[in-house]
Amino acid sequence: MQLYLPIAEVSVNAFLIMGLGGIVGFLSGMFGVGGGFLITPLLFFIGVPPAVAVATGANQVVASSISGVLAQLRRKGVDFQMGTVLLAGGILGSAVGVWVFRLMTRLGQVDLFVQLSYVLFLGLIGALMLQESLRSLLRARQPGAPVRRAHVHSWVHGLPFKMKFRASGLYISVIPPVLVGAAVGFLAAIMGVGGGFILVPAMIYLLGMPTKVVIGTSLFQIIFVTAFTTVMHAVTSQTVDMLLALLLILGGVVGAQIGTRVGVRLKAEQLRILLSLLVLAVAIRIAMDLLITPSELYSVAPGVMP
Amino acid sequence: MIRALGLLLVLALPAGAQEMIVAGMSQNRVSITADFDGSEILIYGAVKRETPAPDDRGPLEVIVTVEGPSTPVTVRRKARVAGIWVNNVSVTVDSAPSFYAVATTGPLNHILSDTDNLRYGITIERVIRAVGITEEADRAGEFLLGLLRVRTNEGRYRVLQGKVELTEETLFRTDVILPANLTEGEYKVRLFLLRDKRVIASQERVIGVRKEGLERFIFNLAQDQPLLYGLISLVLAAVAGWGASAAFRLVRT
Repeated sequence: MQLYLPIAEVSVNAFLIMGLGGIVGFLSGMFGVGGGFLITPLLFFIGVPPAVAVATGANQVVASSISGVLAQLRRKGVDFQMGTVLLAGGILGSAVGVWVFRLMTRLGQVDLFVQLSYVLFLGLIGALMLQESLRSLLRARQPGAPVRRAHVHSWVHGLPFKMKFRASGLYISVIPPVLVGAAVGFLAAIMGVGGGFILVPAMIYLLGMPTKVVIGTSLFQIIFVTAFTTVMHAVTSQTVDMLLALLLILGGVVGAQIGTRVGVRLKAEQLRILLSLLVLAVAIRIAMDLLITPSELYSVAPGVMP
Repeated sequence: MIRALGLLLVLALPAGAQEMIVAGMSQNRVSITADFDGSEILIYGAVKRETPAPDDRGPLEVIVTVEGPSTPVTVRRKARVAGIWVNNVSVTVDSAPSFYAVATTGPLNHILSDTDNLRYGITIERVIRAVGITEEADRAGEFLLGLLRVRTNEGRYRVLQGKVELTEETLFRTDVILPANLTEGEYKVRLFLLRDKRVIASQERVIGVRKEGLERFIFNLAQDQPLLYGLISLVLAAVAGWGASAAFRLVRT
């Protein structure tokens, strides 16, 4: 069934779009990532203009994150305290990110900047996660190997402004979560994503949160970051396509529900290996675009350069 | 003096002005609705003559052009910098149509002279306005070729040589397909009659392309009430997210 999108001004197959939304929603529910880093390149690929893809992708992530959070909420997988602290940092970070984004746009290199951030951060985080989860999987297979302690005291625990995070079972300073939130907010503004793929490993490895609450808390913070992004895009550039978003959402919310249920059945290590492979695959795909000689050297964008 | 002016006027008129175009189109407006998937427009016409067709001149040829609304565009070229491909140089083209189709009765270089192409702006190269791009980049002409190539591959620019059917040097017709990724606006249709590579008569028509119904409503809302639009999009997302979650819980219990 062909549908003409009023803002994107292209005609697309409605079922194809719903399918895409479903796949991304599935991954989102399973891993606790918003899926922005997947949906945006996929929309480019089917011919949606980049500006519309970024803005509408953010809108779809809001819906799938809400769906995911509600599913996590029932299994007590959301740490609201931690989420709020992260969000406070996130708003600071995204304000700085928007400023840097504008600066890069003026210099005319925003595409390259975004692509390089994708390759760098996705590649780095994917590789780190893969290495760590493979190691812990091997350790689990060896009986008699020393059991890793859940809480290793380090310099992080010596910082002031300590706070009790009941759902996570942590008693740590608020400084690390605020910094993590700020870093994620900054990257989210620049890369046009919710930042879940950075937030999830950061919560596990930097903050030492139990995997059980990581996904729900990540989704909780992503809702607000992407909601903010959606409204900003709608107001500044009118690039949110409601019809496209609706199709993606219909597929996405169903996918997210299924994904959450599948995710519960998998072991934490398996989940992390799969997520790291996915993140690495996207990083490699974008790196290839930068390295391989393109078949068409010229590109056409409507309008005048700012 | 007046007689001289009159003589000039007669000379200035294309030779063989007694041949004129009577043209029609299958539709003069296109509505973009939710299920819009491209549109085919039939452009037809006849040659009206006061006197018999001249036999001392070359055969009659017809060119039909359809031109979408023009906008400025930025054309960028990638280059390898430190091992990676980046957008390196860019030029701004003042005005390039979003859609352009040329349908003819024969090969363009056989039926149209360069001077008349320049005067009437018939081929796409003559329609794109790019003043001053030579100052923006070296070998600026390659950027225009790049623009033509990209838009031709997208189906936006089309050259349909030999696609105008001409019967008995009197009746002609052609079909022009408007693609699904159409931009709103006035589409200018021009018809030219030619003999001996020169334009002897021309006519202009307009096709109005507009979004209708739901498409119109969403587009207007996004433009006129952007904040409200953004918030509605969020509410939609929230309701859909919650709805799916609730529906799944119902299914499970």
